[in-house]
Amino acid sequence: MPVLSPELRERAEAIKARFPKGRERSAILPLLYLVQSVEGWVTRDGLREVSGLLDLTTAEVAAVASFYTMIRTRPTGRHVISVCTNLSCALRGAETVYEAANRATSLEGDREVSADGLFTVHEEECLGACDAAPVVQVDFANHDRVTPERMAEIVESLRSGDAPAPARGTAPEDFREASRILAGEGGVP
Amino acid sequence: MTDRIVTARWGEPDTVWIDRYIRTGGYRALKKALKMAPVEVIEEVKASGLRGRGGAGFPTGVKWSFVPQDTGKPTYVVVNLDESEPGTFNNRELVERDPHQLLEGAIIAAYAIGAGSVFVYCRGEFLWPGLVLERAIAEGYEKGFLGKGIARSKYDVDVVLHRGAGAYICGEETALLESLEGFRGQPRQRPPFPAVEGLYSAPTVVNNVETLCNVPHIIENGAAWYASIGTERSPGTKVFSVSGKVERPGNFEVEMGTPFEVLLEERAGGVLGGKRLKAWTPGGSSTPFLTAEHVDVGLDFESIQAAGSLLGTGAVIVCDEADCMVEAARRLVRFYAHESCGKCTTCREGTWWAVRVLGRVEDGLGRPEDLPLLADLGRNMLGRGFCVLVDGAVSPMESTLRFFRDEYEAHVREGRCPVTGEGPGRRPIEEPVVPTEAPLSLSEVLG
Repeated sequence: MPVLSPELRERAEAIKARFPKGRERSAILPLLYLVQSVEGWVTRDGLREVSGLLDLTTAEVAAVASFYTMIRTRPTGRHVISVCTNLSCALRGAETVYEAANRATSLEGDREVSADGLFTVHEEECLGACDAAPVVQVDFANHDRVTPERMAEIVESLRSGDAPAPARGTAPEDFREASRILAGEGGVP
Repeated sequence: MTDRIVTARWGEPDTVWIDRYIRTGGYRALKKALKMAPVEVIEEVKASGLRGRGGAGFPTGVKWSFVPQDTGKPTYVVVNLDESEPGTFNNRELVERDPHQLLEGAIIAAYAIGAGSVFVYCRGEFLWPGLVLERAIAEGYEKGFLGKGIARSKYDVDVVLHRGAGAYICGEETALLESLEGFRGQPRQRPPFPAVEGLYSAPTVVNNVETLCNVPHIIENGAAWYASIGTERSPGTKVFSVSGKVERPGNFEVEMGTPFEVLLEERAGGVLGGKRLKAWTPGGSSTPFLTAEHVDVGLDFESIQAAGSLLGTGAVIVCDEADCMVEAARRLVRFYAHESCGKCTTCREGTWWAVRVLGRVEDGLGRPEDLPLLADLGRNMLGRGFCVLVDGAVSPMESTLRFFRDEYEAHVREGRCPVTGEGPGRRPIEEPVVPTEAPLSLSEVLG
C-alpha cells in the first residue's frame, strides 16, 4: 500500500520542484515530514516511498532519517511533548517539569508511547526560547514558563481533545499536523 | 541612542506585515542597493566593519567578496536560521517580530553576490517562526520584492524556506549544506570554503540571521554611520540573549563594548532574587564561563577574548551562588554528547566519557583522579575534532574546573554536592542509548 495519496504525491512533486533540476535529493527532509504527517511516524513503508520518489535506496533514506531526531522512526504518540532540561531551563526548575510530564502521561521506564497511544515525552535539548524557561513544546508549539502543575493541566487538556493555546501562534492539532507544516505544506496562516 | 538597530521595530507588532514594514522605512535599503553596482554593495558592507554574528565574527563584506563571479555556476545565499546553541534565542525573536528585515538583508546579500536563489535553513523546532517567515515570503512575492524583476529592477531572486529536523550540528555551515543537499548533517573538510564550493559545489554565502538583519541599515545609513557605533574592531550592536538566574530574561540589543554589568543590571534587572552572581557565559554554552570578577568586561569580540572567553552567539546564561557548577558543566557537556554527529572519534568518544566522569563527580561518586582526568580529557579534545563542536564541549568543562576547582574537589571529598547538599542516588546514572530497531534487511539495503 502506498503511504501517500495521489493528492499528496502531487504535493511531493511540488516539494521536489523547490530545488534545482538534478538536486531533488534536497527534498528528503520535507518528504520524510510529509510521510510522517500521514503515518504519525516514519515506517519502513514510508522510507520506501521516499526512496521511490527520489530514486534512492531505502538504506540511503534510512541513513538520513535516523540522523534527525524530529524524523521519528519508531512508534510515536499522537502528541509529542518536548521538555527542555538544558542549563537555562534547568536553572528554572525544568527537571520537575520533565518528571511531571512523565507522571501525567503515565510514561514509565523505557516506554516511548503511553498506553493510550496519546503521548510521547521527549527530554529535549535547548529549544531556543530560554527567556521563557522552563520551555515545553507540544507538537512543536511553545509553552512558556511551565510549572509542574501547568504541565499536568496541558496533558489533561490534550487528553480531553483540546490543544492548549501556545505562547505564540496557533497549536497544530497533533504531531501529524505539525509534520505537515514542517514539510512546508501547512498553508500560510 | 544608537542602542536599537535590528530590534528597533519590536515595539510595533504590526511590522510583521509587509505594508506596515514598508511604512516604517522597510525595503527602502533594497531599492537603494538595486541602484548600486553589486560590488559597491559589497564595498559598503566591508567598510562598515560588520562581523558575522553566528559565533566566528568573520567580516561579512570580506566573506561576500570571496565569491568568484567567473565559475559559470550559479551562486547561492543560505540563511542560517538553525539557531540551537544553548542559551541563544535572538534569531528566533528577530524572525518572529520582524521577518521582513531578515528577508530584505538576505535579498541585498543575494544581489551583492549575484545569487538568484536564497535558501533559509530554519531549525525544525521553530515551527511558529518558520510560519511567520513563510507568510513574509508570500507577501514578498505579492508585493514584487521577490520573484522576477524585483522592485522594478532587472534582478530576479527566489527564496525557499527549508526546515531542519533537530540536529544542532547543522548550525555549522558545512554540515548545514550537507543537510540542505539531503544528507546526514556532518561537516565537510575545509578548504574549500563555501564561498568557493558550497551548496551543490557552487559558490555560496552562508550568513547568520542577525548579521543579515544589520545589512539594510548599513545600506540605508552608510558604512561610516555603522562603523561609528560600538568599538573600533567590533562595530555595531549585538543582541544578547540573557537567561537563567536573572530578574528579566530576554533579548537586549546593546552597543558593542557595553560592560556586562550594564546588560545584567540595567537591562536584565540583575541576578534573580538579589542573589550573588556566580558565573555567566558570554556567548552560549560553547564559550568558557566567566565569573563575578568579570562584570566590567566589555561585550565585544576583543574584550571578551582578552578575558578568556568568546562572544559566540551573545547568549548569556547566568548562574547564581546557589547553583552547582559541576551540574552546569555536566548538562552542557551532555548536550554536546547528544549532538555529536559521530563523524570523528575525538568528539564522539570524548564527549561521551566527559559526561560519565562529570556525572559521577556531580553525584558524589567521583574519585580524586577524576579531576586531572577531566583536565587531560579536555586537553586532548580541544582543537582535535573534525569541526569545532568538540571545542564547545571543552569550554564549560575546562572553565568550571579552572574557576571552581574547590567545588569539584569538595564533591569528591564530601561525597555530595557542597552547594545543594545532594548526594548519590538522586538521579539515575545515565547510560548510553542503544538503538532498538532491527537493522534493514539486505533487500531493503539494495533497493
